[in-house]
Amino acid sequence: MPDAPGLELIAQELDSLREGTVLGTYHEHGQACLIVDPDAVLHALRWLRDTPGQEYRFLASLHGVDYLPAEPRFGVVYELLNMPRVERLRVRAALADPGGDELPEIDTCISLFPAAEFQEREVYDFFGIAFRGHPDLRRILMPEDYVGWPQRRDFPIGGEPVIFTHNEREVPRWFE
Amino acid sequence: MRREKLRALSPLDEPRSPTELRIRQLRARDLLRGDLEGAALEQHVNESVLTTTLDKTMRWGRANSIFPATFGLACCAIEMMSIVSPRYDIARFGAENMRASPRQADMLILSGRVAIKMAPVVRRLYDQMLEPKWVISMGACSSSGGMFANYAVVQGADKFMPVDIHVPGCPPRPEALVYGFNKLQRMILGSPDPGWRRRYNAIGTEEWAREATGEASREEAEAYAAAREASVAHDAALAGESG
Repeated sequence: MPDAPGLELIAQELDSLREGTVLGTYHEHGQACLIVDPDAVLHALRWLRDTPGQEYRFLASLHGVDYLPAEPRFGVVYELLNMPRVERLRVRAALADPGGDELPEIDTCISLFPAAEFQEREVYDFFGIAFRGHPDLRRILMPEDYVGWPQRRDFPIGGEPVIFTHNEREVPRWFE
Repeated sequence: MRREKLRALSPLDEPRSPTELRIRQLRARDLLRGDLEGAALEQHVNESVLTTTLDKTMRWGRANSIFPATFGLACCAIEMMSIVSPRYDIARFGAENMRASPRQADMLILSGRVAIKMAPVVRRLYDQMLEPKWVISMGACSSSGGMFANYAVVQGADKFMPVDIHVPGCPPRPEALVYGFNKLQRMILGSPDPGWRRRYNAIGTEEWAREATGEASREEAEAYAAAREASVAHDAALAGESG
């Protein structure tokens, strides 16, 4: 785990190589996180993987987040791990919602971490985040003909209303 | 005392002593040889022949030799597996023979939540089973969706297939499942037609020609003829496309 000053050093070095890569950092509960520009995410990941002294060679997890009322709305989170030093670093790409039916897009990181292939498909499946350059971007867990992105916060929960005494007046036409 | 009671209820007389049993055995031997005549033959028939109807015998046989499919969906399946264990022992009711193929099974136990991706698979398994077939929906999830009121789980398995018995619980104890199974047996013994076709608006989907049995109502015969015509037309359309 890089400590807070170490995280700032990483952020400065990344930013000096390419302006505007790092949008912010935070260090909470002993966990370090870099918030990066989605267009520069490959640059940041490659630098963290290959630079001597960093060498975060292992992608432990890749997942999506929806922060709906917040802007930018989506996050794609890369959990990196340096195995010899047992240091973890979180990289979060902050993705804006393009609105309408358009999907937010980000570059795929399969060229750096081949294990990301299925995890990117999972993020696509549940959040509708499209990965540019992914060789096989289709649903992985939900049925192929499913419509919608079920883990988005504005997706209806689904199911059927269950009548209890406290909500029987709120559920319309429950007696049918 | 209990033995006496049972004897009184039994339609057949039991031999009262070893000698009497031996006499009966000799009488049976004579019958097979064709030597038994007159009063002795009459007595043999009274002692050893039970009369009933063929329907009743068939229902009795069906209800007491149900083969469940080896099929588990989720955590309820763990409870379902234990009903074949010596403690609950579903073999007492003739259902210990779990078949690994739906084509050999009579009963499907939906043991757990049915995800929307699993629903077509379950439906296909059900369609592959030969009639007569029965379904027990085990637990809250397969009966109503249970706690999984969300996008991924079917809210009640009877949205896509007929269900005969719903066993409540989360998960139901094995005793509850055995009780549900006994209810199913009683249903089979009571009426040969489970009635699900009427309940699920599926008249005309029988795998046999019911009008040939003379039992079909006019409504049923018409629906069957219409379903057959539709299927023939469908086959013809497919043949036209390929040819």
